[in-house]
Amino acid sequence: MNINEIVNILSYPFMVRAIIVGILVSFCAALLGVVLILKRYALIGHGLSDVGFAALSLATTIGVSPIYVATPIVIIASFIIMYISQSKKINGDIAIGIFSTGALSFGVIITAFSKGFNMDVYSYMFGSILAMNKTDLVVSIFLSVIVIFTFILFYNRLFIISADEDFARAIGINIRFYQFLISLLTALTVVVGMRMMGTLLISSLIIFPAFIAKKFVRSFKYLVVLSALFSILCFVLGLIASLVFDLPTGAGIVLVNIIVLILCSVINCLLCIRKVAS
Amino acid sequence: MCLINVKQLDVTYRVGYKTVFVLKNITLDIKSGEYVCVIGNNGAGKSTLIKTILGLEPISRGEIKINCSKNYISYLPQNNGISLDFPATVEEIVLSGTQSTKNKFKVLFYNKKNKIQARVAMEKAGINSLAKRRFGELSGGQQQRVLFARAIVKCPKILILDEPCTGLDHDTTEKFYELLSRVNSSDKTTIIMISHDLTAVKKFASKVVILNGDLKFCGSVDDWEKYNFCACGGNL
Repeated sequence: MNINEIVNILSYPFMVRAIIVGILVSFCAALLGVVLILKRYALIGHGLSDVGFAALSLATTIGVSPIYVATPIVIIASFIIMYISQSKKINGDIAIGIFSTGALSFGVIITAFSKGFNMDVYSYMFGSILAMNKTDLVVSIFLSVIVIFTFILFYNRLFIISADEDFARAIGINIRFYQFLISLLTALTVVVGMRMMGTLLISSLIIFPAFIAKKFVRSFKYLVVLSALFSILCFVLGLIASLVFDLPTGAGIVLVNIIVLILCSVINCLLCIRKVAS
Repeated sequence: MCLINVKQLDVTYRVGYKTVFVLKNITLDIKSGEYVCVIGNNGAGKSTLIKTILGLEPISRGEIKINCSKNYISYLPQNNGISLDFPATVEEIVLSGTQSTKNKFKVLFYNKKNKIQARVAMEKAGINSLAKRRFGELSGGQQQRVLFARAIVKCPKILILDEPCTGLDHDTTEKFYELLSRVNSSDKTTIIMISHDLTAVKKFASKVVILNGDLKFCGSVDDWEKYNFCACGGNL
């Protein structure tokens, strides 16, 4: 495939929709990823995407647009996971494990009872750029704008809660409210991104960019900015790679993220060695 | 003026069917401007007491009345609450201390006043030159100064410290206590500090509280002298 053909494909309406939603989702996921990985909540996205899979299977079976079914179900699940994670008796990872395996088996059972595994379910799990119609585009833009606006508005609060939760609580900040806000925003990002990335791979958008960016920055502000840049860059490269090599979109983007992670780790090591030597 | 009033406070936790008392029947008053040192053996409930005052631990029985808003309380935790690999500059951390919950409808961005407050606090703590450095790459003493600057940035009425000098060398510890004493005398900040450093307690404290599950002693340094400066609850 030459450059002209790629440019041609990129100008198709479905591709334009995919690119708009992809960039928005990558941006949202990168912002939230910063808070989630610093607070060790990174796997919440993974648990929620499995819940999303169950919701998508349910939506397909009853014949309703997936985003309308998935949005409320994933939001409710995110609140329940966060609530259980706060309990001193149950660890957060156990709560996520229970939800994710439970939801996955629920989705598989519903699919098996309806019409068995087909291309729809395959594309839900591993992502497809053909998945977005015009309504999905409008809803996705709306939800992404909510996530980005809320993150910017509460940026300083999210910083203090990520840095030192005890101090934040001691000066009177309502930690529980912000924990549920983080859950809500993660749920919205997962819902918007799972059609394109696939339910099994959406959490990589949350984890990779922030983790890669963390290697290079000294401040929280730069972490947020660099993480967003890495996320969008990896999305665009991954999308092109998936076109050129005919890969499922989600898998292509994850592959690019892994390559960038390895490259950045090597560069970071070399920088450290140079610093020690000098 | 009585700033903090602790009345018949019990703090317990459950192990299976058993209820274990961490604090039992604690009653004490802390007045505005006092420099209170809380001492006692390990497991005596010192950290639990201050965490309960801060609202970080639930009360099982009794009550704690604080005659000022939570916005005027600040805290310097025992173990550096910020992970060393957390990417944040000194300036970002000190600025975060200016956040308040006073006006719920106020936009949550830092204004010019907050930035001036942060600069003044960093100046007081002697860390102005470190403002752009990453917190995790500083030495233990420098990190403690950063957290101290964050704690005093809002000029709090009450400053609560949990063993602030653990792991610091002698000179840094001395400087830190002097800094704290200046904040107490010039800004009239009430200080509640857990400490194992009896020399510093004798030198700076205006009130001494000794815990051993229950309240063993609460009084001035002069009264404490009558007990030969005994620091554990057993002999009181």
